[in-house]
Amino acid sequence: MLYREAGQFRATYAEDQQIFPLRQDRIGIAAVLVLAFVVIPLAGNQYWLSAILTPFLIFALAALGLNILTGYAGQLSLGTAAFMAVGAFATYNFVLRVPGIPILAAFALAGICAALVGIAFGLPSLRIKGFYLAVATLAAQFFVLWAIQRIGWITNYSASGVITAQNYSILGIPIETPVSKYVLTLSIVTVLALLAKNLARSETGRAFMAVRDMDVAASVIGIPLMRTKLLAFAISSFYCGVAGALYAYTYLGTVEPEAFNLDLSFRILFMIIIGGVGSVLGSFLGAAFIVLLPIVLNYVVPPISEATGIEISHAIISNLELMVFGGLIIFFLIVEPHGLARLWQIGKEKLRLWPFPH
Amino acid sequence: MSATARTVGLPILVVEGVSLAFGGVKALQGVSFDVREHEIRAIIGPNGAGKSSMLNVINGVYHPQEGTITFRGVSRRGMVVHEAAAQGIGRTFQNIALFRGMTVLDNIMTGRNLKIRSTFLEQAVWLGRARREELAHRRKVEEIIDFLEIQHIRKTPVGRLPYGLQKRVELARALAMEPELLLLDEPMAGMNLEEKQDMCRFVLDVNEQFGTTIVLIEHDMGVVMDISDRVVVLDYGRKIADGTPEEVRANQAVIDAYLGVAH
Repeated sequence: MLYREAGQFRATYAEDQQIFPLRQDRIGIAAVLVLAFVVIPLAGNQYWLSAILTPFLIFALAALGLNILTGYAGQLSLGTAAFMAVGAFATYNFVLRVPGIPILAAFALAGICAALVGIAFGLPSLRIKGFYLAVATLAAQFFVLWAIQRIGWITNYSASGVITAQNYSILGIPIETPVSKYVLTLSIVTVLALLAKNLARSETGRAFMAVRDMDVAASVIGIPLMRTKLLAFAISSFYCGVAGALYAYTYLGTVEPEAFNLDLSFRILFMIIIGGVGSVLGSFLGAAFIVLLPIVLNYVVPPISEATGIEISHAIISNLELMVFGGLIIFFLIVEPHGLARLWQIGKEKLRLWPFPH
Repeated sequence: MSATARTVGLPILVVEGVSLAFGGVKALQGVSFDVREHEIRAIIGPNGAGKSSMLNVINGVYHPQEGTITFRGVSRRGMVVHEAAAQGIGRTFQNIALFRGMTVLDNIMTGRNLKIRSTFLEQAVWLGRARREELAHRRKVEEIIDFLEIQHIRKTPVGRLPYGLQKRVELARALAMEPELLLLDEPMAGMNLEEKQDMCRFVLDVNEQFGTTIVLIEHDMGVVMDISDRVVVLDYGRKIADGTPEEVRANQAVIDAYLGVAH
C-alpha cells in the first residue's frame, strides 16, 4: 500500500533516467545510507563491525567487480581472487616504496595495476568464450599467486610471503579502530557502487550487455568487440583490485598469498549467482547472504538441536554450511537464475499491485 | 508507386565480381550489381541462393575471396565488422538478433553507440557531456520509437515480446544508427498479413522520409514486386537476372529457377 507510484509523473527524460525514479525507492536508499553511515558506526559493536560488516562490504565490492565482467559483459572469469591479490600486494608496495603516498592514491594505483593484469589475462577472451574462457582465466589465478610467492621483491622478501599492512591515516586521522576502518570501507564501496550503476545505465554498460547477449549483432551496429571486452576486464579487475587492497588494509591486516586462492574466486562467483547476475544490487545481496549464512546457522542450529534433543556438533554445523550453500546454488540455478535481486524486483512488482494479483 | 517524392540518384554501393566460398561450397560466384542512392533494391532467389551471404559480404561479416565492394567511393574487400557500421551501413537479421536481456529502449539506444563521444570515465560520474549526450540520444531514440509505433513497450525486455514486435524493434535499432544504407534480411518472414502491411509501410516511410537507401531480401513476391525499385535475382550463388520488377517477373531464367525446368 505504501509502495505506490500513483501521482508520480516523469515529465522529462532526465527524470525518467534517474537511478531511483520512484520516491519510495529514494527514501529507502536514503534510509539505508543513514543506517550504514550514522547509526551503525555509533551503535555497532566491535565484533559486528570488524568481523561481519567490513568483510561483507569488501566481498560485495569484489562481487560487483566480477558482476561487471560476468553479469554485464558476459565473460566468465575464475580469476577474481588473483586480481584481488594484485590489488593487495600492489598497495603494500606503493605504501612501502613511495614515501608519503596517500592511502587512497595507493588504493587507486593498485586498482589500476589490477586492471592492467586483468587486460593481459582478458586477451584470450577475444578468441574464446564461456566455459573455455573460464579455464583460461584460471591461469591468472595460478600465475599471480605463483609470482607473488616466488618473486621476493613483491613481498619485500618476507618469509612465506606474508605481508602486514602498514599503518595509515587519511587527512591526519589514523585509521586504526574497527569503526574508522568500517567507515573508510563503506565510503569507498558506496562511491564505487554509484560509479558502477552509472556505467551500467550509460553507453558503456549497454555495450557490455550487447556483447553479452549477441556479439555479432553488437559488432554489426558498430561496437568494437575487442575494446569492449578488454574494457570490461579492466574495469572489473580495478574493482577486484580495490577490494583486495581493502581486504588487506581494512579487514585482515596481515595476509598471505594463499588467502587469495581459488576458493575465494569461487566464493565470489557464488555470491553473484545467488545475488543476481547482471545487477549491482545483486552483488550486495549475494555477499550479504554468503557472509551472513554461517552466522545465522550458528545462531539457529543450537536451539533446534536442544529443542529436538538431537546432538549437533560444531563440525556438523560447519559442514551444514557447505551443504546449504551447495543446495542453494543448485536451487537458484534452476529456479531463479537471476538470483535474489530478481526476487526483490518481483516482490516490488507484486507490492505495487497489492492486494490485487494482476 | 514508390519513386514519386524521392529521386533515385547515382550508385552509392557497387558490388563487383564478388566470389565467396566456404571450403568447397561456393556461396557466391562473380556477382556484380549496384545500388543507387535512395532506391529500394530487392535481392531474391530460392533458398540457398546466397542472398544472406551477399548481405554479410556487404557489411563485412564475411570476406569474399574475389571482387570488391565500393561504398560511397571507398573500395574494399575485407574489413572489420564494426567499420561498416561506422561507414553508415545498418542491418537487420533473418533470425532476430536483439539483445534479449535488455529493454526495448536500451536496445535502440545501443544503436546510437557510434555517435557517443564521452568516455567511460565521464559516463561513470554521469556529469557534463555524458549526461547531456544520454539525454540528446534519448530524445532521438524516442522519435524513432514514435515513428515505429512502439511507445507502449519501451520499458519491456525484448525477450518477452512477440515475434512481430521484435522484428520492429530490430528495425528501430538499425534506424537509430541513422544509416545511409540499410540492409534488411527478410523483414517480413513469418508475419501475418497485417504485420506484413505494417512492416511494408515502415520500410516505405523510412525510404521516403529519411531518404535511406534500402537493400532487402524477401521471399514474399507480392511485397517485393510492390515496394522495390529494382530486383536482383540470385540462384546457386550466381546472378541470373537484374532489373525492374516487371522485367524480372517476365525473365525466363527466373521462372525456371523458381519453378524448375522440365527435362
